Amino acid sequence: MTSITSTGQAGRPQRRSAWRRRDAATGYAFVAPAVIGALAFVIVPLGAVIWYSLHEWNVLANTFTFVGPQNYQDMLSDGALHDSLIASLWFSLGVVVLNITLSLFLAVLLNQHLPGTTLFRVLFFTPVVVSLVAWTIVWGFLLQADNGINGFLAEFGITGPNWLRNNVTAMISVIVVQVFKNVGLNMVLFLSALQSVPEEIQEAARLDGAGAWRRFFSITLPMISPTMLLVAILTVVGSLETFALIDVLTDGGPGTSTTVLVFYLYRQAFEFNQFGYASAISVLLFVIVLALTLLQWQTRKRWVFHES
Amino acid sequence: MSPQIRRRHFLSMVGIGALGTTALAACSGGDDGDEPAAGPVDLRMTVWTASEDHLGLFQEIADAYVADHPDEVSSVTFETIPFESYTTSLTTQLAGGNPPDLAWIFESNAPEFVSSGALVDVRETLSGTDGYDFEDVGESALELWEDGDALYAYPFSNSPFVMFVNTDRLAAASQPNPADLIASGGWTYDAARDISAASVAALGGAGLVVRDFDYMNWTNLATVWGGWDAQPWSADGSTCEFDSPEMVAALEWYQDAVFAKNAIPGPGTSADFFAGDTTMTITQISRASSLDGSFNWDIVPLPAGPTQQENIVGQAGVGVLAAGQNPQAAANFLAFFTNPENSASLSLYFPPPRESLLNPETLAAGNPLFSEAQLDIVVDSISGATTKPSHANFAQVDTTARGALDAMWSADADVAAVAADVCEAIQPLLEG
Repeated sequence: MTSITSTGQAGRPQRRSAWRRRDAATGYAFVAPAVIGALAFVIVPLGAVIWYSLHEWNVLANTFTFVGPQNYQDMLSDGALHDSLIASLWFSLGVVVLNITLSLFLAVLLNQHLPGTTLFRVLFFTPVVVSLVAWTIVWGFLLQADNGINGFLAEFGITGPNWLRNNVTAMISVIVVQVFKNVGLNMVLFLSALQSVPEEIQEAARLDGAGAWRRFFSITLPMISPTMLLVAILTVVGSLETFALIDVLTDGGPGTSTTVLVFYLYRQAFEFNQFGYASAISVLLFVIVLALTLLQWQTRKRWVFHES
Repeated sequence: MSPQIRRRHFLSMVGIGALGTTALAACSGGDDGDEPAAGPVDLRMTVWTASEDHLGLFQEIADAYVADHPDEVSSVTFETIPFESYTTSLTTQLAGGNPPDLAWIFESNAPEFVSSGALVDVRETLSGTDGYDFEDVGESALELWEDGDALYAYPFSNSPFVMFVNTDRLAAASQPNPADLIASGGWTYDAARDISAASVAALGGAGLVVRDFDYMNWTNLATVWGGWDAQPWSADGSTCEFDSPEMVAALEWYQDAVFAKNAIPGPGTSADFFAGDTTMTITQISRASSLDGSFNWDIVPLPAGPTQQENIVGQAGVGVLAAGQNPQAAANFLAFFTNPENSASLSLYFPPPRESLLNPETLAAGNPLFSEAQLDIVVDSISGATTKPSHANFAQVDTTARGALDAMWSADADVAAVAADVCEAIQPLLEG
């Protein structure tokens, strides 16, 4: 009896152990593609970039010399880098504020049960699926000094500004073009969140005498705040990654007014052949993106519903 | 999770990471390229032309070489990289460990490539090849590609800048033909400006366009400031001369022609001579292929400025990459590609540096649109011409100067002050 019991007690852990191993193997098999992908395309390149950032890499001369933190020290005295950080700040600020405000406004409008809302949803979402370069080239024509928007304004006797040749209007132009390209995606995310707000809560507030604004700020906005967090993170990161639009529309000009950090990084690497210094800038960009994302994540408890 | 299991997991993750790194290194690295291949090799040349005629001719020459040297070369591939991103793509290939064996190089990047050690000295191979007739290659054409006794590329194309004129617009605006002004010494930049402004006033459209400048590619303005005997930096490349009186005068003339005289389209304005709505344009003769016969045209030399008349050429060289797998085989192919017979074939499309080929008869075969008198102008425009600006640190100087010059392209700009700002911005880069 005792021996049977002991055999039984010894067998169960063995079976459980075998089951756990099979279970673990299955789990590893499932996560393997993602892990390998992340290693090959994120972790290893990231490590390589950090390694490159400690070197002076002259592609033409085919030299790769360890210089330690020299590239990071050079960043401190690089005036053009400081200009690009300021340009990035204005660009990201403009894109984030305008994109989130506009997409939320559109989502609220298109969440109404009005005729034609489906058509407008499609219209606002269409730019999201249009090729970015094609979208930018078309805007390049629209923003010419003598054609496009200015040609239209001229019909009414209005002389429009030379949009892409003035520091301020060039920055406004690239912000607007970027926002119009992606506002549809955020609009859909907000629309989805708005439609998940329980109608009975709205109804209860309405019965309690809450007006439309009060219901929006006290019920709707808190209820969609998790989506707001997602949209904010995506938009901030997206704005800091903007490159093609600047490259095609302004080439970083006039002057350096639209040379955002990614464009400056590209220029250092692929135009000036300073791959080591460009790697150091990309590490800086990584740190900025990481810090902003962590900041948003840490502050979520204060403003995201379900997180407090 | 126990410490042992955690450690095992960590080690397995490190293992996967190491494997990934090794795999990537294997994919991207290749060998060092110092060991030449034992058998016949495949050569690759990067070019910026996508013309089927050009590529067909290159392949024809390459096929003949492969047939004659089956033990040395098994194939030659011509890889087209878009003109706009050519140098960037080429250096990316170098950075990625995938260099071509031979590459076309812009004149503006020549000093950078020559001084960096990116190219192989090909003088001995070229001059030592039987029947090459190295002495036939113009000395002035080689200057940009030399460093001491070493020659790092062959300047296969020397395309001059000339003025294309829409004679239909001139006639419609009752303006004189520049060809008639040349004889009387009246073909000057002021005359070009006044004719252009008058044609715009009468017909609309655009007057004078420095093609491909677009208020960005400022080195194309060398075709203008040459008339003022101005240059962006000293001959040794160490001192900025944007703020010299000659350069300031030339830039003031240009700025005035844009914003006061309305003779030159302003920034952000689209104008295309070959569409027929522009009176005259400064561009290279190779652009003649864009003429579709929809209007009458002529070519004349670049106008004279207050100081002189200066001809400008845009050069393109072809060099052997030191990082390539088979530099000697590539140099041998270059010697065949540019020998007298093949140079004659290439001159159909690319004005050659060989003096024996620099005549209207040779150029006529490849430029059927030009009359003999026009080809005389082309030949005269090549002889003794100045090459567009170049510098050992060109990429940074170019971008920095472009950004600083942007302030000049407005009606109320202080040209002298902006020119001084340009010098302040690029002087540290010129000093390297």
